[in-house]
Amino acid sequence: MFALSGYEYFLGFLLVSSLVPILALTAAKLLRPRTGGPERRTTYESGMEPIGGAWIQFNIRYYMFALVFVIFDVETVFLYPWAVAFNQLGLLAFIEALIFIAILVIALVYAWRKGALEWS
Amino acid sequence: MNSGIDLQGTFIESLTDMGISPGLAKTMWIPLPMTLVIIGATVGVLVVVWLERKISAAAQQRIGPEFAGPLGVLQPVADGLKLVFKEDIVPTKSDPILFTLGPILVVIPVFLSYLIIPFGQNLVITDLNVGIFIWISLSSIAPIGLLMSGYASNNKYSLLGGLRAAAQAISYEIPLALAVLAVVMMSNSLSTIDIVEQQSGYGILSWNIWRQPVGLLIFWIAALAECERLPFDLPEAEEELVAGYQTEYTGMKFGLFYIGSYVNLVLSSLVFAILYLGGWDFPIPLDRLASWLGTSEDTAWLQVVTASLGIIMTILKTYFLIFIAILMRWTVPRVRIDQLLDLGWKFLLPVALVNLLLTAALKLTFPMAFGG
Repeated sequence: MFALSGYEYFLGFLLVSSLVPILALTAAKLLRPRTGGPERRTTYESGMEPIGGAWIQFNIRYYMFALVFVIFDVETVFLYPWAVAFNQLGLLAFIEALIFIAILVIALVYAWRKGALEWS
Repeated sequence: MNSGIDLQGTFIESLTDMGISPGLAKTMWIPLPMTLVIIGATVGVLVVVWLERKISAAAQQRIGPEFAGPLGVLQPVADGLKLVFKEDIVPTKSDPILFTLGPILVVIPVFLSYLIIPFGQNLVITDLNVGIFIWISLSSIAPIGLLMSGYASNNKYSLLGGLRAAAQAISYEIPLALAVLAVVMMSNSLSTIDIVEQQSGYGILSWNIWRQPVGLLIFWIAALAECERLPFDLPEAEEELVAGYQTEYTGMKFGLFYIGSYVNLVLSSLVFAILYLGGWDFPIPLDRLASWLGTSEDTAWLQVVTASLGIIMTILKTYFLIFIAILMRWTVPRVRIDQLLDLGWKFLLPVALVNLLLTAALKLTFPMAFGG
């Protein structure tokens, strides 16, 4: 039935764990009071009248981190099969991984020197 | 090694004896451990909330909850019930669909990660061969939910909190994955069962704490940051951002965030116990104990004792780690956002890479001690 054996449990558990928020929200929907005027539904801004919305053009300072993250996340994914099979691969694989990591460390040093890892 | 108790086999066998087809019996078995684990995880959260309140109170020389039940153990239940009965407020300016989807997306992956948590030789929902990798990949779904709820609230505090949560999660994801990678390398497998098996044999001496002292620290720091625990609780720093991405949430939707964060803490502690503290392993090797007692480890009653002891050991190790996390909350001051990112990228990432290469080099030099 499933191409990958063992994953029917994953699917089953996905359904079971999806029931948690569904049940919690349904129970709350049935039990909670339905009162409340429009005043309650205004955006919270420390008790003041909100000035403007939050959906504006806005400089997200973290986007450089996101770019560096993508590089290193892919690196980690590449290293996983290497680590699992390392006992059969031996010295050559170690040197290859050393070169691979060295290239990425150079990239990290470059990003560091360029100021991509600074918050301001 | 002993094979432990095969609950699934016994269950299916007894059902087929009653005249039910094996396929149907297997289908009937599947939801049982899952429901049990979900209930266990929820009860675990209630215990952690109570512990957190009591230990925090003790750290500040207060008494803490004491009226709801003996020693206030029913306080978390009362909190949960209160959240169920709360009015649900969706701000008029928000995006209602994303607003509801956010907390759901945060909660599902943390519960789903219990799929690969073993409590004993056979006491795991399924022993996937990608095991620990499932946990790593699922843990990167939660930040999407946080970002979603932060954006959907259309509130400045929520937006900043959501962005901080995402930045923090991605910064600590890589050191975490690299620390796990070093353990995986020693076990030659991603399966959580194999990782624990590899640490058994000499009791406490064969646990990974001795072989991965650096990886352990990296994992702990990164796991605290992923759980947004103090000193890394910037996304919901109340002095700066009210409650971060949770600002606009009330009732059960807030409750989902609350449950999610505590389940995540328990989950991270469980994974820590499995990776570094030998999972269900007893500090003294059990076959030694059995030979001292003069029985074989295949004796039926001893197997039952071993299995229950395994569950107790896993839970004890987990709650010990949670205790440390709660104490850290009251000992270490919160870091600033630039310190947080510096720690992740400029310190933990290089150290994690060095730790990985060092493990590889040591494995080449001493194959016996590092998993062959």
